[in-house]
Amino acid sequence: MANPLKCDLCAKPATVHLTQIVNNKVHKVDLCESCAQAKGVTDPSGFSLADLLLKASLNPEPSLAGVRCEQCGFTQNDFKKHGRFGCPACYEAFKTLVEPMLDNMHKGTTHTGKIPQCALARKSLYDRLTKLELDLTEAIKSERYEDAARARDEISQVKQSVPSNPKPAR
Amino acid sequence: MTIASLIDTPSELTDAASNKTAIVLMTRIRLARNIAGRSFPGWAKPAQREEILAVCRDAVAATSPMKRSLNITVGELSELEKQILVERHLISRELSGAKSGAGVIISKDQAFSVMVNEEDHLRIQVLRSGFQLKKAWNAINELDSALEEHLDYAFTPTLGYLTACPTNLGTAMRASAMMHLPALVISNQMEKVVRAVNQLGMVVRGLFGEGSDASGSIFQISNQTTLGESEAEIIKRLHSVLQSIIEHELNAREKLLEADAAKLFDKIGRAFGILQNSHVLSSGEAMNLLSLIRLGIDLSVFPDASRCVIDRLLIEAQPGHLQHAQKGEFEPGQRDLLRATRLRSEFANFVRPDFTFSTHGKN
Repeated sequence: MANPLKCDLCAKPATVHLTQIVNNKVHKVDLCESCAQAKGVTDPSGFSLADLLLKASLNPEPSLAGVRCEQCGFTQNDFKKHGRFGCPACYEAFKTLVEPMLDNMHKGTTHTGKIPQCALARKSLYDRLTKLELDLTEAIKSERYEDAARARDEISQVKQSVPSNPKPAR
Repeated sequence: MTIASLIDTPSELTDAASNKTAIVLMTRIRLARNIAGRSFPGWAKPAQREEILAVCRDAVAATSPMKRSLNITVGELSELEKQILVERHLISRELSGAKSGAGVIISKDQAFSVMVNEEDHLRIQVLRSGFQLKKAWNAINELDSALEEHLDYAFTPTLGYLTACPTNLGTAMRASAMMHLPALVISNQMEKVVRAVNQLGMVVRGLFGEGSDASGSIFQISNQTTLGESEAEIIKRLHSVLQSIIEHELNAREKLLEADAAKLFDKIGRAFGILQNSHVLSSGEAMNLLSLIRLGIDLSVFPDASRCVIDRLLIEAQPGHLQHAQKGEFEPGQRDLLRATRLRSEFANFVRPDFTFSTHGKN
């Protein structure tokens, strides 16, 4: 590295180089003096590298500049401003932004904990139902009445297995 | 249930102290949950927030721990009531500052609270006195599963529970313990402890979370990361970190007694004298004095039974509780007078310190 390092947050030359080991992972940050001051890096107790890395990884990636979450209209700039996402679907829309962040932020990148069994079971039933209903309309449209009958029977089967209280939050 | 009756009801935090809660005052776990297909609270339009609030309030109120709970919107709470709930760790400062479309459901025993439309749609919390991570996890896990029967959580197999901030992805769980560490503070070891704890992936904060100071030598220690480990693994890791902090605190107490017992007893005795006789007490000073009395209880200078009195006073000396007790709003200067009066009367009949057992007992 012959070039002088640039600050991770702005483009000024970096004079503060910090290495912290969290969860046996080495995190390195290079900052200019004013950013270091502003982020409280000089105070080791109050300083959280995770927060800083979160912001640091937000340097605009050109590929995502025009992307907008289809569900809620959130953009990458909004994330830069708020540090929070707009809705659950944003995680899919901004996948390439999120993935590199996770490595620095967490112990791993894949969930290994609790799974919401009920909600997932419900979701797969509804997904199946939606698909069957689509099949049914298609079959009727193209006058494949045997297929239509089969789809209709399956639909009534699936509907029976749905618990009585499900009000899917849409 | 009304907020006034809630404040005057015995609660997990104010009335469950015992010798088991000597160093870890309380254990707390919170889970962040969001409803699939809805904007997160910070991005949702006011009408969407109201909709989410209604759906979540109904679902939460229907669970069994929340029978006869306090179910209230932030708009219905006065400033003072909000402050009291923050002081009791039942709502966050962030929620208390929410404009509209936010609410909280608090169980009768104040062990459970569910904030709606804080940073995430749901922030489910359980609070247990003492060092009870596993029990707290079992309780919150059950409530979460009950809620999930009615609500479609935003979840993906790889990222786990989806949260507004990516730092909470995965389990979306923050487990924490509130610890009283006076000896580590007196012997200037806290900085070292904070650094070591940080390296183990845990965070140390003051009594009231992010950015609050550690008056009264009370700290919150919690996990920093949420993705890549199961809830059980996080809890196990936190448990062992807390265990080693407890050992360090106990060692520091031994050392203080060995090196200069008179100096330590002098601090405790003076704290007792000030609490009995002062006329102006700031919140910070009161916390520090009460902390020393609490240390005295652990060292058998005062009887064990006094611990729950101190733990109650640590809460009641807070500005919100103080003003509630006096039925009015007061300037900070007036509050310091009221606080001193309150503590003077409390300590007028307090058991006198007995230093003989401690000096001989510890040889």
